[in-house]
Amino acid sequence: MGLALLVVIWLITFASTYFFAAKTWWLPAGAAVAAHGIDQQFANSYILMGIVFVAAQCSLGYVAWRYRDRAGAPSAAYSHGNTRLEIIWTTLTAILFIGMNLVGSPIWAAERFEPAQSAALPVEVTGMQFAWYFRYAGPDGKFGPTSPKLMDPSSGNEAAIGLDTSDPASKDDVVTGTMFLPVNRQIDLTLRAVDVIHSFFVPSLRFKQDAVPGLAIHMHFTPNQIGDYEIACAELCGLGHYKMHGMVKVVSPEDFDKWLAAREAEKQ
Amino acid sequence: MATSEVVHAHAAPQGFVRKYIFSLDHKVIGIQYFFLALTAVWVGMILSLLMRIHLIWPSAVLPLVGEIKPETYLGLLTMHGTIMVFFVLTTAPQGGFGNYFLPIQIGAPDMAFPVLNMLSFWTTFVAFVVMLAAFFVTGGAPLHGWTGYAPLSAVPSTGPGEGLGADLWITSIAIFCAASLMGALNFLTTTLDMRAKGMSLFRMPLTVWSWFITAILGLLAFGVLLSAGILLLMDRNLGTSFYVPLVVVNGQVMGHKGGSPLLWQHLFWFFGHPEVYIAILPGMGVTSQVLSTFARKPIFGYRAMVYAMLAIGFLGFMVWGHHMFMSGMSPYSAFAFSLLTMAIGVPSAIKTFNWIGTLWHGKIRFYTPMLFAIGFVSLFVSGGLSGPFLAQPTLDIQLHDTYFVVGHFHLIMGVAAIFGIFAATYYWVPKMFGRMMNETLGKIHFWFTLIGAYAIFMPMHYLGMAGHPRRYSQLTEVAYLHRLLPVQQFMTYAAFITIGAQLIFVVNLFWTIFKGPKAVDNPWEATTLEWTTATPPPHDNFAGHTPVVYHSAYEYSVPGAPKDFIMQNDPATTPAH
Repeated sequence: MGLALLVVIWLITFASTYFFAAKTWWLPAGAAVAAHGIDQQFANSYILMGIVFVAAQCSLGYVAWRYRDRAGAPSAAYSHGNTRLEIIWTTLTAILFIGMNLVGSPIWAAERFEPAQSAALPVEVTGMQFAWYFRYAGPDGKFGPTSPKLMDPSSGNEAAIGLDTSDPASKDDVVTGTMFLPVNRQIDLTLRAVDVIHSFFVPSLRFKQDAVPGLAIHMHFTPNQIGDYEIACAELCGLGHYKMHGMVKVVSPEDFDKWLAAREAEKQ
Repeated sequence: MATSEVVHAHAAPQGFVRKYIFSLDHKVIGIQYFFLALTAVWVGMILSLLMRIHLIWPSAVLPLVGEIKPETYLGLLTMHGTIMVFFVLTTAPQGGFGNYFLPIQIGAPDMAFPVLNMLSFWTTFVAFVVMLAAFFVTGGAPLHGWTGYAPLSAVPSTGPGEGLGADLWITSIAIFCAASLMGALNFLTTTLDMRAKGMSLFRMPLTVWSWFITAILGLLAFGVLLSAGILLLMDRNLGTSFYVPLVVVNGQVMGHKGGSPLLWQHLFWFFGHPEVYIAILPGMGVTSQVLSTFARKPIFGYRAMVYAMLAIGFLGFMVWGHHMFMSGMSPYSAFAFSLLTMAIGVPSAIKTFNWIGTLWHGKIRFYTPMLFAIGFVSLFVSGGLSGPFLAQPTLDIQLHDTYFVVGHFHLIMGVAAIFGIFAATYYWVPKMFGRMMNETLGKIHFWFTLIGAYAIFMPMHYLGMAGHPRRYSQLTEVAYLHRLLPVQQFMTYAAFITIGAQLIFVVNLFWTIFKGPKAVDNPWEATTLEWTTATPPPHDNFAGHTPVVYHSAYEYSVPGAPKDFIMQNDPATTPAH
């Protein structure tokens, strides 16, 4: 039975580790500036925890087999422990865990402690059951006011977010269901939700943030690869949660300007 | 036999109802909790199987259940989580085994407040009935998940199941909280006041320590959830706005304004994180007890084990924010919550090292309870080591609310805790029912469950890394999820086999209770007080006597002793310390 435990625990350990190490299902390729740091911290954590995982499981399997009760086995050692060992492994694990935390913290700080740069492109994201809308301020650089009373989800876009079109600042606001972003420019996001909590998750851009009713949450990120990236809602928001899906299209700055100009023209 | 002091004996109750239904005997109440949890775990498992079927065969029409729609899936998900967390993981280890064995292990004739104990069980039972009722009302079970985030849980028009179903759900939880508060008070008083002569705190078995610390956590945590739940009921029914700001649902402006959705999350997780330890601490206690018994060795670092549990319980109250890194909470507080969460890794590692240290140079007997205890250690390591990923806000940008989290908490607070319950069952059923469980069936059950649990929950980590959000009823709408379907299929097949193997356990349990071979008083040659009394124990546990304790809890293989174990109440053998 001891041998069976050793074999099974070791096999489970190696099989689990294989699929991590072989990167069979790994993080999708990163397409934003933050991806490098996050992926590096993930890899570091993975290596450290992987070593601890394999070492702990292998020792467990080994001691189960090595100290099994069998003919001729010596009686068990009479020991209540070893204070020096306790101090050593407590210190080592404290250094390991706290160290991991400290190494990873600057990445978090860069993502969330700093406000967006003044040159960043402001985009407002609004989540509602079960769609995302994206608003661009237009040439005046100002988002027009919205009103809950004007919200009409069935009409989509401007009407869905309740844009008050009578206000001059709203005239040039563009609202879309697909997010267009220029590559290599920081995006200054404002996240809102009108009904329940949603979460704006774009795995390839290494971006996730809840959109919460009653709050306007400010975030920033910088896409650095042209391409199409899927948005998946990551906070349970109701029966359509699984299909609260959207697209981010990261394009060249010229294509972005052209697209925005075309949308402005449509509005006139 | 050991000496003991004569005490006043209480008369045993007469009549079926007083003896088995409204019993004041902590042993009967423990068994009642145990069977309540056994019923609940089958409900919870079948719900999870229906979810897994829907994930890979979305259009399947099932007998009795019919077609599973996305909202049905979320109802199953909410009820699976809630039933498992409250009525299994909180009920079996603490209410069941804690109730039965805490008084016996400290040498007491009963709990401090027997009537409160009975009330606590029957209140839990009512909570369970109210919870199940949510399935049968208009709209069905709520779809807001076991965490019930507002406004989804607070505004009835946000989806089917958010009407009466959600009211029943939160009412059930509130009733459960009240029951758990009564239980916690009883456990604390009993441990502090009713220990036998010689049973100093540091001679208590680690199981008693684990139930004691769990009771402290319960006392502090359930009160908060109870209050939070009442506020939620008021938001839902009385028009208050604790958790709901001005919201527009389906184009309709709701009557709320000024509330904070994050307030619910803070209150919920202030309970929710300690709840994780409420589920797992008794498993740690049982694992320590069983490893020491079957390795024939004193527990390695007994005091370190106690301090580690205290540290886990203490730190457990200061880390709730790690569930909220993506919630819109201040990013600065994430830094503190992250550091404190990482700190919990330290006492957790101490426990793991000490368990392996207990096996080191032991003489291991592989009975079924020992296999489950070793399985617990393996699962605790596997489930624990994904914790430091999730404790880092940087990595949660990718991992939060994905299957990585689902895999993490199922391995550690789900399956590891269940392995603790199985270890306890195989270990104590001989004492509880006076009959030995079948070892062959027990071992078959163990192998299927160990391999099956890893096969179901380890792949969830890969899904999470690939960006698979949790609580998705289908993978069809998001293109990058399509390639992950084979992994989901594999997990569903594994779930079928693993859940099927649990029938082996049920057959073994009921066969044992009615037909199993008679158990002797101390079949495992263990040292703690429950093994000094008759099997099953008499009404007042020690037949009119109170044991006197001379030894610490795990005196195995003492050099020079006549046998390889010294029972705690054995006055003849000179203690080594």
